Amino acid sequence: MSLKKVHDDQPKEFEFSSENLKKADDILKMYPEKNKKSAVMPFLYLAQRQNNNWIPLAAMKYIANFLSMPYISVYEVATFYSMYNLAPVGKYFVQVCTTTPCLIRGADKIVKLCKENISPKENEISKKGNCSWMEVECLGACVSAPMIQINESYYEDLDEKSTKAILESLIKDKPLKPGSFRGRKNTSPEKKQLESGEYRA
Amino acid sequence: MPKITINGKEIEFEKGMTVLQACELADVEIPRFCYHEKLSIAGNCRMCLVEMEKSPKPIASCAMPATEGMNIKTNTNLVEKARKGVMEFLLANHPLDCPVCDQGGECDLQDQSMYYGVDKSRFVENKRQVKEKYMGPLIKTQMTRCIHCTRCVRFATEVAGIPEIGAIGRGENMEITTYLEKAMESELSANVIDLCPVGALTSKPYAFEARPWELKKTESIDVMDAVGSNIRVDTYNWEVKRILPKLNNDINEEWISDKTRYSCDGLLKQRLEVPYVKKNNKLQKSNWDEAISILIEKINTTNPNEIGGHIGDMVNLENALAFKKLFSILKVTNLEFRERNFYINSKEKSNYIFNSSIKGIEEADLVLLIGTNPRHEATMLNARIRKAYAQRQIPIFSVGDPGDLTYDYTVIGNSTDTIKKILNKELEFSKKLLSSKKPIIIIGESALELKSGQYIIEEFKKFLKKNNFINKDWNSLNFLPQNASTVGLIDLQILPNQKEKNSFFEKLKNNEFKVLYLLSSDNLDIKKNNEFIIYQGSHGDRGAEIADLILPSAAFTEQNGLYENLEGRVQECKKASYPIGEALEDWRVFNLILKKLKKNENLSNFDSLRKEVLELIPNFTKLNDLPSYNEIEFINLPSNFVSEKVIIKELDYFFTNAISRASKTMSECRQIKKDSKKTGTDNL
Repeated sequence: MSLKKVHDDQPKEFEFSSENLKKADDILKMYPEKNKKSAVMPFLYLAQRQNNNWIPLAAMKYIANFLSMPYISVYEVATFYSMYNLAPVGKYFVQVCTTTPCLIRGADKIVKLCKENISPKENEISKKGNCSWMEVECLGACVSAPMIQINESYYEDLDEKSTKAILESLIKDKPLKPGSFRGRKNTSPEKKQLESGEYRA
Repeated sequence: MPKITINGKEIEFEKGMTVLQACELADVEIPRFCYHEKLSIAGNCRMCLVEMEKSPKPIASCAMPATEGMNIKTNTNLVEKARKGVMEFLLANHPLDCPVCDQGGECDLQDQSMYYGVDKSRFVENKRQVKEKYMGPLIKTQMTRCIHCTRCVRFATEVAGIPEIGAIGRGENMEITTYLEKAMESELSANVIDLCPVGALTSKPYAFEARPWELKKTESIDVMDAVGSNIRVDTYNWEVKRILPKLNNDINEEWISDKTRYSCDGLLKQRLEVPYVKKNNKLQKSNWDEAISILIEKINTTNPNEIGGHIGDMVNLENALAFKKLFSILKVTNLEFRERNFYINSKEKSNYIFNSSIKGIEEADLVLLIGTNPRHEATMLNARIRKAYAQRQIPIFSVGDPGDLTYDYTVIGNSTDTIKKILNKELEFSKKLLSSKKPIIIIGESALELKSGQYIIEEFKKFLKKNNFINKDWNSLNFLPQNASTVGLIDLQILPNQKEKNSFFEKLKNNEFKVLYLLSSDNLDIKKNNEFIIYQGSHGDRGAEIADLILPSAAFTEQNGLYENLEGRVQECKKASYPIGEALEDWRVFNLILKKLKKNENLSNFDSLRKEVLELIPNFTKLNDLPSYNEIEFINLPSNFVSEKVIIKELDYFFTNAISRASKTMSECRQIKKDSKKTGTDNL
């Protein structure tokens, strides 16, 4: 499940930083004036980026006032989409894909490792370090299943050993380089197809 | 007109109708949950699926526009199966708690699962459980029962104009809630209870009070404000259990205000059951005989010039007429019904009613409010203005600042100078007004109370007449009275003579009355000195507090009576219950007095009173209809202009009359409103 429960401990105020304010203005330019509330989704994302990867209520109100929308409408959008976090997450936010292709390729083992290494429960910030993890639906990298997303980077072609190494590196605050952990370049095929139709390594 | 075939029957339909509406024309019933005539179309419950020829799948009839030559079938196996399937999904997460649910007996889901559902469940998984949400003192929630039709969300956004309810989360985890579970800040909030097709939103004050089939239902009229909303009064024995709206597209459509709906618990509290007489400076229980004797003795020993009478805000026309007759027998002329001294020109009916009519607001292309806050003074009328605003974005202006009205408006000024400028075409606004086709000018009591009250209405009338905004089809000039009795009592000519216009209020102020007879009058500002005050009414409220003699009478739900609403529409309020204790209808009390006075020949009876009332009302057509005019007369009245500020008197919305002041629910609402004002709406 996603982080859809509003966090108890809320900051009182929120405002876009000057840098984000500039970005917000650029975003607004993409929509006609009368439809400016269309900017609510990129705005929420901006707010999430600015506020350690989660959106406080103050930010929703700020955005609602910014776009002259009712509070409830912003709240509806923020609770609808699973990629908006409504409660704090770890500095390293691990999202484990558990949709079918990843699951077939062993995502359940990754989940088990997360439970052992980060925290026994989803969305709980780990005791040892500053990580939290969460099961998510398909992240669109089925070709390199199983995979996890840490903050904005994809770690692909995982197995138990590599996952463990990644998680440990997070706890040590020295994350490994993202990408394929089986030496693949992007998502290129590992075997070459011959003219006869056979595959060869 | 285009034609559509429904179940083999060809019918004509109007362009723009949906398949569901066309089916209704053909008398084919389509089950539905999310569709509601007065709200936008959502199409999310899927209960209205029907079969359409050439469509491989059944279609949602509520969202599908009807087109020429469509062939719709609603009685096929496919449709039956689709309905069963939808019903099964809706019931998958719906609890089986009908025996303890307040909606039982009037539940759409219950009824439709009887007709269209399957008799057993195949759902073996756990049902979802949703926490209750707080939505204020009027709405009890049981969100596990919610089927997510989103009627309440659409109502709050579209009709009430308070976008505070929404659906959070998605899929199985979707929940309906107010923003952070705040109470809904609308005077129409409780209508979501009627809209809810299941027991998710039910009435908090009515919780576990009665089942719908136990209640006696009486169709009646509301008297909390001058709109005259049509209501249904549900009674259990003597007690009024609840008040519901009755559909009347000319007045309140399908909604009523929270005050109309929930003041009814005030009918049970603080009631006057027996006459009271003040002895040794203390009110003591008495009986009719003694009370009437004291009253007559007082009246006989007092000069008629020193007797005053005041008729309250919720008195019906028959009783008012009987009171007037009693006073003319007693040769008393000081009779008044206004609570504050505002200007009324009673010569012509169109001077003191809402001429454009409530339904007419929908045709208007410009609204100007002068010294009125329609949201509090006439909630249902305000909902109509909002409807016109939401549908066509009509421009709305105001002289004086009424605060949040649930729609956008422009304040063009705060003083009478602004009005003068408008009339002299000195403002930009005058051009807009003149270029509009059907403007509506709404003048409130607060404006007429001003020194230039006469100027405002008379000069505006001249101006509108000159520019042809007052003609046979359209009359732009509107007066917005605040009390249910106002228009009717002007019609009965209870207003004192124009010449000695201020005499009643001046005499009252100077304590010139020796005897003051208050007929259900609680809002009059009285500084008691030595007057002997007779209070006749239903509630121990402000009037009874200062009274020396109290005569108990019936409340509006306990007697038949006519009321005239602000449009001049005469409507009948019906007896739903009977008077409590020894209380009597007002006209019966007057008969008791006349009998004691040995003036038997003047005794009134109800039927003759009503007949007389209907004869007295000018421009009367028939019950429930608007008045008609042959020719609108114009008398040029000189008027004085005084430059002053237009101040809109703030109404204590939940506490405007004796019944609502006695109501526990109303005082809770009032408290919540006060608290939310104190902290502001911006406290997370």
